[in-house]
Amino acid sequence: MSRRPRVGVITFPGSLDDVDALRAVRFMGGEAVPLWHAEPDLHGVDAVILPGGFSYGDYLRCGALARFAAVMEEVIRFADEGGPVVGICNGLQILCEAGLLPGALIRNRSLRFVCRVVDIRVETSLSPLTESLVVGEVLPIPVKHGEGQFVADERDLDRIEGDGLVVFRYCGRDGSLDDQHNVNGSANAIAGVRNAAGNVVGLMPHPEHAIDPDVGPTGGQPLLASLLSRALARV
Amino acid sequence: MADAPLHRALGLTDDELERIRETLGRDPGPNELAMYGVMWSEHCSYKSSKHYLRTLPTEGRSILVGPGQDAGVVDVGDGLAVVFKMESHSHPSALEPYQGAATGVGGIVRDIVSMGARPIALLDPLMFGPLTEERNRWLLEGVVAGIGGYGNCIGVPTVGGEIRFAGPHSANPTINVMCVGVAEADRLVTSSREVHEGSLLVLFGASTGRDGIGGVSVLASRTLDEGSEENRPSVQIGDPFAEKLLIEASMELVDRDLLEGLQDLGGAGITCAVSESAARAGLGVELDLDAVPLRAPDLEAFEILTSESQERMLALVEPSKLAEVQQVCERWGLASPVVGRLVAGGGLRVLMGGEIVADVPARSLADEGPEYRRPIAEPAWVAELQEDDPTFTTVTSDPLDAFLTVLGSPNVASKRWVFEQYDQLVQGGTVLGPGADAAVVRIEGTLKGLALSTDGKGRFGFLDPYLGAAHAVAEAARNVATVGATPLAITNCLNFGNPERHDIMWQFAESIQGMADACRALETPVTGGNVSFYNESGDSAIWPTPVIGMLGLLPDHRFVVRPGFRPGTLVYVLGETFPELGGSEFAEVVLGKVSGRPPALDLDRERALHRLLVDLARSDLLASAHDCSDGGLAVALAESAIGGGTGFAIGLPGDLPWYATLFSESASRAVVSVTPEKAEALEAAAALGEVPFSRIGETGGERIVVDTLFEVSVEEARERYESAIPRLLAG
Repeated sequence: MSRRPRVGVITFPGSLDDVDALRAVRFMGGEAVPLWHAEPDLHGVDAVILPGGFSYGDYLRCGALARFAAVMEEVIRFADEGGPVVGICNGLQILCEAGLLPGALIRNRSLRFVCRVVDIRVETSLSPLTESLVVGEVLPIPVKHGEGQFVADERDLDRIEGDGLVVFRYCGRDGSLDDQHNVNGSANAIAGVRNAAGNVVGLMPHPEHAIDPDVGPTGGQPLLASLLSRALARV
Repeated sequence: MADAPLHRALGLTDDELERIRETLGRDPGPNELAMYGVMWSEHCSYKSSKHYLRTLPTEGRSILVGPGQDAGVVDVGDGLAVVFKMESHSHPSALEPYQGAATGVGGIVRDIVSMGARPIALLDPLMFGPLTEERNRWLLEGVVAGIGGYGNCIGVPTVGGEIRFAGPHSANPTINVMCVGVAEADRLVTSSREVHEGSLLVLFGASTGRDGIGGVSVLASRTLDEGSEENRPSVQIGDPFAEKLLIEASMELVDRDLLEGLQDLGGAGITCAVSESAARAGLGVELDLDAVPLRAPDLEAFEILTSESQERMLALVEPSKLAEVQQVCERWGLASPVVGRLVAGGGLRVLMGGEIVADVPARSLADEGPEYRRPIAEPAWVAELQEDDPTFTTVTSDPLDAFLTVLGSPNVASKRWVFEQYDQLVQGGTVLGPGADAAVVRIEGTLKGLALSTDGKGRFGFLDPYLGAAHAVAEAARNVATVGATPLAITNCLNFGNPERHDIMWQFAESIQGMADACRALETPVTGGNVSFYNESGDSAIWPTPVIGMLGLLPDHRFVVRPGFRPGTLVYVLGETFPELGGSEFAEVVLGKVSGRPPALDLDRERALHRLLVDLARSDLLASAHDCSDGGLAVALAESAIGGGTGFAIGLPGDLPWYATLFSESASRAVVSVTPEKAEALEAAAALGEVPFSRIGETGGERIVVDTLFEVSVEEARERYESAIPRLLAG
């Protein structure tokens, strides 16, 4: 089989980084498939990305309205069947609102939007983005968000940590954890989480903006490479 | 105000009322008066500036569309066109910083969209009063939050701009914003498109409310004085989500070639969009206000006609394409009613409730506004200030103290606190973002990179408005050349006080002359711009600040030159340093003087430097390059060291006093570094290009070593540079 893995990227009204995610998939050798929020059809893709942006203007709560989009029923079905699903930034917020991922995102501790390249540390290989990575690996990737502070109540946080659902943490260049590098004040410096089954993952940093060395760091390359190989396994 | 005649309350003079009477052959009705009030406002009609704007050079090889339309258009080859424009939103921002700045972003983006181009970059040149005052901190924080709050939600990266501080901008912050877009040249929606009688006016996007009524006349065309707070309702409210949908719907309509014309609704609202569309088509319009979707059912005709509600566009559509147009709008969740049609003749006839509520010639609104030759007079204080030249002051400061003071001055210090609040990355094309000499954004699907810079030289302009404007052009072009791009064309935003004052009008006239001369010499024509007058309170006007937005082109963005030092290179200064401390950062923050003459500007030398920088970039000779301007050689070197995390050691060239060598702001200079094996080629190229050069030292280590004068660690310099603005904001 020589078919390239097909990765769908959903455009919601107010999605902003959808074009960037499509470009990143192509850059890494995958076939990028644009998906439309109002169309309950994933067109047979092998993986789904919910991109960054401000879906529906984030007017009620980040991601709160997007989860009711027609396409989301299909995404949930796809995830239930074990299909790889990735939420980036606003996409993570949508997956949390849809109950596919634990926790919630609130305003940054600084109360300001922040756009900056940060370092994140890989905490588990059990996710579609980190399968081919080593735990402890540090990747430079930009964040850009106003509401990226990951929170969960104590019981949920214990479960998230206990079950190994944390996929990424904000860290220093050497992988060290400290408050200074926790860019938005997230609980336990959590930058990304997965579901228990290990096929749904979401993160605040933007791997699709860390692909092409001409325009930034390349920490997103191994993440998308992992996703494409997971998707390829479904071909 | 309540007892003033209606026309005066609407911002029209008695003479202007008389002129309207002559045009109509009768007394205007109140709705008509409201329409003339907004269209003949200074903001919309350029009545005080038109005479001078005509003297600017607007022609050039690569200019596709010059001034007069929503934005200028430049040919960048391979069938691609770049559309760019700058505007001010200073008055609303002074009253309501968040919404004022936010809607400024929305407005300029729609200007670009209305040309049929996709917006790909935003830049925000800003000027505030000193951050030692609480109100100025509130304004800065609000404006930055507003720019981010809007810009970050519409998928257009904010890649540059500048922020400066000066006392005269306390009451009147200067809030400008530039947007750049790209289109296939043959898809541009320009006024040269054929438009037909019977074509429909489709108003798509947001509904119309009571916000922003009189924004251009009451707010933007008067000074802010006591009681200005009452004008808050004249500030518009932005909805960036609606704007994003509006952009995507517009792009789809353009891509599918469904439009005869496209016009944004900004200043003066529907009156402006409709009258300009009709005037350009040489036709009339029948406009039905009952078809306009309203936010409140009881809006009166004059309110609908002049509302500046945001996120609305007007399309001219041939009837056979209406269904398809409305389908596209519906897909993006936007209302798209037909509100009128083009008719024979030149009349703009407005109907509401079955009655004619206004009927005036469209051209009289759009093109035939008044024009004034306001009196000008050079104020006496200019000569006095120029005489007091800080270059000849006795300097007793410690060199290291002076260096750190200049580096930590808010004008010079890092603006990271600001630009980290902006999405610089969306669309994936940002090769160089904020903080570089010029931003570089690549054009999707090509190797081309657009280099963009905005520059205003208010302090120079205050001391000599001619030189201030000329320097702004020269510096903007130099910034673009420093990253390796050829300067192509400018847009501008001209920020001044009250044009009815003779001294302000003199500043304006001088500035235009300076800009025109510099643009001619550097072959960067003016594609358009915006004039913002009445930036004053009481008798205190802002510094005369023409802000220049420069567009440059890199044929291959991979040859971009960055400002940071790397270890093991040789450091050169290109250009010559003269004892010119007049209007310098050093003079203001170390000597406490804003006086003297700004540095001389030899435009031939300037141009030679730009050519050399571009040649060096194309030959891939440079390890780094950085423009030498605010804070002089000292700051150019320090920023190169901080940017690259690498120290340097230099000897002071020439025989000037140390402070002149380090802090003079002589024009036409850059600091570059090269690896040793390329030094010979660099020197040969500079000699050939007739650009004076001197090798002053080398890079490496973790310290900044300046002759025997002082040394300091890069880390300490960085700390001073990075912490200055956050510290001031902490109060």
